[in-house]
Amino acid sequence: MNRLNRRGRTLLLLSAAALTFAGIYALGLLLPEEAAAASYLDAGLPPSFSHPFGTDTLGRDLLARTIKGLSVSITVGIFASLISAVIAVLAGAAAAGSKTADACISWLTDLVMSVPHTILVILISFALGRGMTGLLAGIAATHWCSLARLIRAEVLQLRAQQYISISRKLGKTGGWILIHHLLPHLAPQFFTGLLLLFPHAVLHEASVSFLGFGLPPEQPAIGIILSESMRSLSAGMWWSAVLPGLTLVLVILLTDKLGEQARMLLDPFHAQE
Amino acid sequence: MKGILPRLGRIFLKNSFKILSLLLAVSILSFVLVNASPVDPVQQYITGLGTAVSPEQREQIEDYWGADDPPAKRYVSWLSGLLRGDLGESAVYRRPVADIIGERFLNSFVLMLCAWAMSGILGFISGCAMGMYRGRRPDRFLKKICYVLSSIPSFWLGLVFLLVFAVWLGWFPVGFSAPVGVLSADVTLWQKVHHLILPAFTLSLVSFPNIALHTRQKLGDVLDSEYVLFARARGEGEWSVLFRHGLRNIVLPALTLQFASFSELFGGSVLAENVFSYPGLGSAAAEAGLNSDVPLLLGITLFSALFVCAGNMIANLLYGIIDPRIREVNK
Repeated sequence: MNRLNRRGRTLLLLSAAALTFAGIYALGLLLPEEAAAASYLDAGLPPSFSHPFGTDTLGRDLLARTIKGLSVSITVGIFASLISAVIAVLAGAAAAGSKTADACISWLTDLVMSVPHTILVILISFALGRGMTGLLAGIAATHWCSLARLIRAEVLQLRAQQYISISRKLGKTGGWILIHHLLPHLAPQFFTGLLLLFPHAVLHEASVSFLGFGLPPEQPAIGIILSESMRSLSAGMWWSAVLPGLTLVLVILLTDKLGEQARMLLDPFHAQE
Repeated sequence: MKGILPRLGRIFLKNSFKILSLLLAVSILSFVLVNASPVDPVQQYITGLGTAVSPEQREQIEDYWGADDPPAKRYVSWLSGLLRGDLGESAVYRRPVADIIGERFLNSFVLMLCAWAMSGILGFISGCAMGMYRGRRPDRFLKKICYVLSSIPSFWLGLVFLLVFAVWLGWFPVGFSAPVGVLSADVTLWQKVHHLILPAFTLSLVSFPNIALHTRQKLGDVLDSEYVLFARARGEGEWSVLFRHGLRNIVLPALTLQFASFSELFGGSVLAENVFSYPGLGSAAAEAGLNSDVPLLLGITLFSALFVCAGNMIANLLYGIIDPRIREVNK
C-alpha cells in the first residue's frame, strides 16, 4: 500500500468493510440449510480442509454456522444501531430545544444509565418474549444515551452561531433553520455515531444471545454457538469456541476502526494528519 | 478546604433526591416491563412447585399473587412490601428474594471488588506508562491492546481463558466459587481465591481499556501544561515530574471514573459469572430471566440500579472534593 492520507485510508477501509459485510451477508443467505445440517458421523471433528472451522457436537459445520450467525448479527446490529441513532438525534435535538425538555431527557438518560445494560436488555427481552423483537428493542433502547449527549452539545453550540441568529432575524422559521443550518451539520455526526454504535450493538447482541435471551436456540447466532461450545470445552473442542469468536472479534475490530477513522476525518484537527 | 463537609452534604442531598426519583422510576419501569411479558408468573410458580395443584389451591395462589387485581394495585402492594424490606418469594428457589440477593451479592461483591481494584491499578499504571511514553513504542503497543480489548466480547475472552488456563494448563478449576462436593464450611480461603482468579481477571479486562486511555489522556494534558514546562526548565527529570505534578492531578479523576463505571462492572459480571458458573448475583439474574422468576428478576433489577447509583453518588462526591469549579459554585 503506498502512502495514503486519512481520506484515502478511510475510503479503502470503507470499501473493505462493505465488501466483507456484503460477502458475509450474501454467503449467509446463499448457504443452503444443509451446509450447517447435523450429521452424527461428522460430530466433533477438528478443523480440516473440508471443515475449516471443524464441526460441533452435533456434526454441524461450524464455518457455515458462523457465517450464518454473523449475517444475523450484522442484521441485528444495523437495525439496532439505526434505531438507536435516530432516537439519539431526536432526543438530543429535543433536549437542545427547551430547558424543560432538556431536564426531562437528561433525567431519562440517567434512568437508562442507572440500570446496567445487560440487566435492562434481559428485562426488555423478557417483557417482549424472547426473540428478535425483544433483542432489537433491548439493544436499541440502551445505546442512544452517549450519542444523544453529543448531539445535544452540537445543537446547543450551533444555535449560538451568529449565522443562525442572522437567519432568525431575517425572518426564517425554526423549521427552515433546522433543515438548512442544523441538519447538514448533524448528518455527519449521525453517520459516525451510527458507525461507532454498530460494533457495540453487535457485541451486545452476541452477549445477550450467549446468556440465552436473544434469538431462539435453533438460530445460528454467534452467541448461541459460543454458549453451546461451553459444554464441549472440557472435552477439548477448542475450535468450537475459539474460531467463531475470533471471527466475531475481527468483524467488530474492522467496524470499530472504520468508525474511528470516520470520526477523525470529521474532526478538522485530525483530518489532514 | 474549609467548609468541605457542608458542601459534600449539599451534594449528597441533591443527589439523594435524584437517586430516589430514579429508583422509583426504575421500579415502575421494571414492573411495567415484567407485566407486559407474555409469561404467566402464576403458571411459572405452579410449575416450580413440581406437584399437581388442585383448582382450589390454584385459586389460593392466584389470590396470593393478586392475579385478578389491576396492575396498579399489584404495584402498590409490591412497593409497600419493598419498603418493609419484603421483596416477595422467589418462584424458583422458594425463598425470600431479599435473602437470595444478600447471599448472592456477597459472592458477586468479592468478585467485583477484585476485578475493580485490579482494573483500576493495572489500568492506571498502563495509562501512566502510555502518557509518559506518548507516541513511542510502549504507548503504541499498549494503546493497540486497549483498542483490541474493548472490541473483544468479555464472555468470549472468559471462554478462551477457561480453555487455556483451566482445560489445557489445568492451573485453575473450571467453574464455581468452591470445589464441588466439599461442605461450604470446609472450603479454605485459598480454594476460594483459586476459584476467583480467572473470573475476576476476565471481569477486570472489561473496564481496563477505559481507565487506561482516560489516564493517558489526562497525563498528556498535564505534561503539556506550562507548569510542567517550567518544572522541566528547572531541571526536573521525567519521573520527578510524574510524581510531583502528574500523579496528584490524575489520581482522583481516575478514581472518580472507576466509581462511575459500576454499571459496566455489574453488566460484565453477569457475563463473567455465567461463563465461570460463579454463583453470584449476575448468574442469578440470567437464571431468573430464563426461568421467568419474576420476583427475583425485579429484585435484582432494583438492586443493580441501587448499586450503580451508589457508585455515581461516590463519584459525584469525589468531584465535589476535587473540582475547583464545583467548589467555587457552591461557596
